[in-house]
Amino acid sequence: MKKREEIQTLKQSTGLEWLWFLLPSMILIILFFFLPVLITLFVSGTNMSSSTGFHNWKWVGFRNYKLIAVHPETSKHLWLTIKYVAVTLVFFNVGMALVISLITTHISRRAGYFFRALWLLPRITPTVIYVMMWKFLAANAPYGVLNQIFFQPLGIKPQDWLSAAPFLFIVLVNGYIGASFGMIIFTSAIEAIPKDITIASQVDGANFLQRVRYVIIPYIKWPLLFVTTYQTLSLLTSFEQILVLTNGEFNTEVWSLWAYHRALDNYWGNFQWGFGNALAAVLVVIGIILGIVYMRYFKFNELVQEPKIENL
Amino acid sequence: MESISTKQKISKGFPYLLLIILSLPIILGYLWIVISTFSTRCYGLVPVDQQERYFRGLTLSNWSFLTDKSKTLNTSIWLLTLNTFIIAIGLTVGVVLISMMAGYALSRIKFPGRKPFLSLTLILHSFPSVTLLISIYFVLRWIQAIPVLGRGLPIIGGFGYNTLGGVILVSISLQLPLGIWLMKGFFDNVSWDLERAALIDGCSRWRTWWQIMVPQIRPGIAALSIFSFMEGWKSFLIPYSFMTSHAKATLSTLLNEMLSESSPVNYGTLAAVGLFQLLPVILFYIFTQKYLLNIFAGGVKGTA
Repeated sequence: MKKREEIQTLKQSTGLEWLWFLLPSMILIILFFFLPVLITLFVSGTNMSSSTGFHNWKWVGFRNYKLIAVHPETSKHLWLTIKYVAVTLVFFNVGMALVISLITTHISRRAGYFFRALWLLPRITPTVIYVMMWKFLAANAPYGVLNQIFFQPLGIKPQDWLSAAPFLFIVLVNGYIGASFGMIIFTSAIEAIPKDITIASQVDGANFLQRVRYVIIPYIKWPLLFVTTYQTLSLLTSFEQILVLTNGEFNTEVWSLWAYHRALDNYWGNFQWGFGNALAAVLVVIGIILGIVYMRYFKFNELVQEPKIENL
Repeated sequence: MESISTKQKISKGFPYLLLIILSLPIILGYLWIVISTFSTRCYGLVPVDQQERYFRGLTLSNWSFLTDKSKTLNTSIWLLTLNTFIIAIGLTVGVVLISMMAGYALSRIKFPGRKPFLSLTLILHSFPSVTLLISIYFVLRWIQAIPVLGRGLPIIGGFGYNTLGGVILVSISLQLPLGIWLMKGFFDNVSWDLERAALIDGCSRWRTWWQIMVPQIRPGIAALSIFSFMEGWKSFLIPYSFMTSHAKATLSTLLNEMLSESSPVNYGTLAAVGLFQLLPVILFYIFTQKYLLNIFAGGVKGTA
């Protein structure tokens, strides 16, 4: 009897307190997620730019999207973006991440820990400093490090490698940051593989590569899929490193950077908010769709169980 | 016998060799920044003096910007350091406090709309927020027009466009989905009995939250604080987009300004300013690695 009374008081005491707990985050989410999504879609339907200002713009419907479709540079940016995302993803965010986590989990614990810490450095280093290091690795003689220790001893003519192989460098710069995300997830997944399975495969005489192929990869299938999908989206939309590295020069202007340049940051000072937002809207829509897909596929429902305290 | 043991040695050494080769760009990059910071000039990894003699020309003069009488930077490094610090602290306090409130409600209180809100934070967690920067510019311009709040506050300047507070507010919001999700996870793991006892004794939700629950998740708070502080300290794109004077905003925007100048800058000073910003991060990282690994893995916990 007593217990039931307690439950009653608990239920009543809840009241609207939850609202106050959530209010700050709700306000910020509305201000900086909901509103911007609506603004993106809305402004993409106008001709708003720094020459029309915030007041003299006109509604133009889908004209910006039609403009994107017929724009002479669209196919160039699109193809570059696809190539950049695919290459970085395969060779670094998944490929390199897998290689590093496989090696570091099969050498001495301390060495493994050290190398993983080393690979995390690019992620925690301020972007501008990290990119600056790459610029000087790639720089022309006499300053460039790569020229000095690799190319000159081999008799290859020194040059500024950033402008000679810009695509390679946007992949490398982003890849060496991106690899650490997969590395952490794969490492904990590999370490969670039951020991008896590994031992059994060793008893059966499987060598390391066979073990990777038939034991480890099947075991970390979900983490692999997760990292692949998650990193696709992040590569597709992030442009900070490319902005600092080349600022889109040497044909490295990926889609997201194109949008950013058009709308907020260009030399001519003419900010085409309508056109830029239409470019961004394409990515926003992809982001929303993929976000919902992730939620469905990665069993998120199990994570959102009801709290127990109200039903003691 | 001997040939076998050398063969074993080689096969044992091979993974290390491969790791070192793969890690080479990272190793060389950090070596370069340290060496060039203390050199008059730096050819590759070799310090060089004015007469181009190798392994000479070690100097501390690149660090003269710290006590800038010669005006190498055209701006006070300490003012920029303070700005960067304010952004980092503001982001940390904001994210931790707001995430703790929301995370608690989502973990412990049953209310209408809880499930949709949770799914929403999850979708936002994976949502590419950089795509919204252009529209966030509009929101900040709008906040700017609000009297006092917009651009009339001390220290942070306000919450509108071209203020530290605006940068902080945007940074907090974009970090929030991760923070809420992480804090909810930590609250989920706190024993129910403790809280139930407090509530039955007539403790209000607020007091239970602050006095009973918050102290239980100290490791989570530490992890989120460290992570947020480092994110704020290194943030570039948000201050770059929403502060108009790049040379006077943060350390990152100043460095980018110096890096993209067309006239040749003193590379040694450039490296020194970089190392100045990097050093606290590295020290912090060495001492708090365990917490940080927690968050890098914890941010996606349960998704595998």
